[in-house]
Amino acid sequence: MWAYVIRRVLATIPVMAVVALFVFSLLYLAPGDPAAIIAGDQATPQDVERIRASLGLDRPYLVRFGAWVWDIAHGDLGTSIFTNLPVSRMIEQRIEPTLSLMVVTLILAISIAVPMGVVAAWKQGTIIDRAVMGFAVLGFSVPVFVVGYLLAYIFALELDWLPVQGYTPFERGIGPWFQNLILPAIALGGVYIALIARITRATMLEVLSQDYIRTARAKGAGQVSILFLHALKNAAVPIVTVIGIGIALLIGGAVVTESVFAIPGLGRLTVDAILRRDYPVIQGVVLLFSFVYVLVNLVIDLAYTLFDPRIRY
Amino acid sequence: MIGRRQLAGLAAAAALPAVGLRAAPALAQGSNTVLRVIPQANLTSLDPVWTTAVVTRNHAFLTYDQLCAQDASGVIQPQMVEGWEVAQDRLSWTFTLRPGLLFHDGEKVLAKDAVASIKRWARRDPFMQVLAPSVAEVETLDDRRFRFRLHRPVPLLTAALGQTQFPCFVMPERIAQTDPFQQIRDPVGSGPFRFVTDQWNPGQKAVWARHDGYVPRAGAVDGLAGGRAPKIDRVEWTVISDPATAANAMVQGEQDYWEYPLHDLAPMLRRSRDLVVQQRLLDGTYGVCRFNTLHPPFDNPAIRRAVAMAVDQRDYLTAVAGTDPDAWGVCEGVFTCGTALANEAGGEILKVHSVERAKAALVAAGYKGEKVVLIAPSDYPQINALSLVTADLLQRIGMNVELVSADWGTVIQRRASKEPVEKGGWSVFHTTSSGQSLSLPVFNLFLRANGANAWFGWPDDPEIERLRGAWVEAGDPAESLRIAEALNRRAMEVMAYVPLGFYWQPSAWRKNLTGVFRAPATVFWNIGKS
Repeated sequence: MWAYVIRRVLATIPVMAVVALFVFSLLYLAPGDPAAIIAGDQATPQDVERIRASLGLDRPYLVRFGAWVWDIAHGDLGTSIFTNLPVSRMIEQRIEPTLSLMVVTLILAISIAVPMGVVAAWKQGTIIDRAVMGFAVLGFSVPVFVVGYLLAYIFALELDWLPVQGYTPFERGIGPWFQNLILPAIALGGVYIALIARITRATMLEVLSQDYIRTARAKGAGQVSILFLHALKNAAVPIVTVIGIGIALLIGGAVVTESVFAIPGLGRLTVDAILRRDYPVIQGVVLLFSFVYVLVNLVIDLAYTLFDPRIRY
Repeated sequence: MIGRRQLAGLAAAAALPAVGLRAAPALAQGSNTVLRVIPQANLTSLDPVWTTAVVTRNHAFLTYDQLCAQDASGVIQPQMVEGWEVAQDRLSWTFTLRPGLLFHDGEKVLAKDAVASIKRWARRDPFMQVLAPSVAEVETLDDRRFRFRLHRPVPLLTAALGQTQFPCFVMPERIAQTDPFQQIRDPVGSGPFRFVTDQWNPGQKAVWARHDGYVPRAGAVDGLAGGRAPKIDRVEWTVISDPATAANAMVQGEQDYWEYPLHDLAPMLRRSRDLVVQQRLLDGTYGVCRFNTLHPPFDNPAIRRAVAMAVDQRDYLTAVAGTDPDAWGVCEGVFTCGTALANEAGGEILKVHSVERAKAALVAAGYKGEKVVLIAPSDYPQINALSLVTADLLQRIGMNVELVSADWGTVIQRRASKEPVEKGGWSVFHTTSSGQSLSLPVFNLFLRANGANAWFGWPDDPEIERLRGAWVEAGDPAESLRIAEALNRRAMEVMAYVPLGFYWQPSAWRKNLTGVFRAPATVFWNIGKS
């Protein structure tokens, strides 16, 4: 298995190279000019030109791409055009809030969605099943920002239980940290819960019709044991796959959630960088997200062996 | 379809009445020594010479000090300097620094620092560039004195040094020697607050701490002049980009001051018993509809004037700032209303307000249905509103309009294109500007008509340029006003842009803030918390 892991890790290098080329080229072709933004609305065209030259934005595509790749190869993600700060420092400042939001959302979503899906499959065709599926449709359909505003209205403004916005670092205590993350995690988790609940239900329905489940019942196994030990374990592979794929959903949703709740995470950093055309920051963050996504998929692949002994690498 | 912004407004609107009835929120009591501010934008650069961004200028007012500053009535007063002496022949000005001025690193502020700062700033400031041919040298005389030597008298020298539009901030000489087109890295100043670099998280938080070595000027605060006394230990800016979230944070007491609340949310914020919503800036924000004079149809001044005949500023201002007439004002001239040069000479065309007459004028001007590309920034609510009003107006007078919506970054890149519309160019766009920047011909970039070197739109009119040069040389206020009237008259003939009036940008703060005063820029000295 270790050989497989090493092969997969090495395979991330060409993937990241393609991502780097794609992102750089896309930004090169996209409209927008950071020099014009820096110079300000009332700058003269001459000022803009001079700033562009000072930033090296007037250099040819290949020269700029080569310099960027050379820096990355030396572990340097570059320097933000606007803040003059290293991109790595800006990412470091933002990674904790996003990671916290993702982890809390993931735990919340899995712990709600999997039991929901299992129960829906068990009670197929009943009011419970319909309620779960209704919730799933709602979760898919209602945008994250709508859920976010509603939650803020109810729990922050009306009930005054939770803060409207912001983020408290973990080092200042788990209580304040969690207090700031509850509402964003619920808002962000809605679509994720819906996705996992649906796939859990569908997979469980298939598994519950298998012969070995009938055999387990015939042997007198209890309902809980059948559902969670026999069926769920065998249904786990597609569920875990969807959880992995859903990380991309979380990354996308985090951008909106962080804006609505003013969480200083990587999502907001990305949006701000895109709006300002801060190319080094955009490139750095997209590379990071791509790397995380590749790693998550590797972890998911490895997790299959835990649930299905027939899978060997 | 309801948009995100509308939903945000609804969310905040729904929340506020209930909140107004409740006791003080429990979750968000801030310290009385920290002022928590939602700034108008994300602070991305710390160098007020490198970028003209207003948010960077606001940072600079906290961090740096000025040699001279503008009081509430617009008069330039000494600030870091005790005063200045003008030689009898008016060919040299000697400035003397106040004693006891210290940078945040503990070093004394010396005349050489002021001279280096002036030289760096002068290479970027449009006003100083106009005066530059008259300046022979800026030289250090001793630790506290420096001198401008002039080729000819420059009565506007202190107006340039003390301006608010592109202020001359003083940095240590070692920093001020940086190329003005390169960004400085070390924000050491001598202002009332010290920037806390290691707590800066761009896009989220910026922090300033009281500068204990700051010696405020004697006297009461007066606009940006007078005593700049820091009354709190820290100023913390938290970037909240979502307006509804920002409104909620204000209502809940999680923040103390919101620099630029959306006009849509202002009436709702006013319903909160804990908040004050008022105009703090002394000048309004002016709208501008800019034509591309290089290509048809707006290379024809008669067509530009035909459009101006249809413009009714009230439509634009209502679209931006709502129906409350106290929120905006009509200003049918090119200079800031209420200032010394304000006039409406030749401005009758802006009082026509008739779509029918504009239609007829358009036909008479020879409009042949050429495509008009209007570029609009969808992520900039005020400018987008102005753009949509013009798009509607142009269609109503019979023009062939294509509205191109993009983000601000794309708009400001496209507006730099001198190509025709078929090749990615543009015909008309909008922007806003502070009243400060339209008050004098040397500031007013929209007025420039020096062809390829003019501001985007590139109008070419030697008469405007001649008048602008004559204004700089004007000997007395009467002559200055006479030239300003000639400029306004000519601007109405050339019509390189249509002035769209001004709106007031309110700010919101909690009632426990003390000492909030009106000024030409957003500053936080003299403000305390009870």
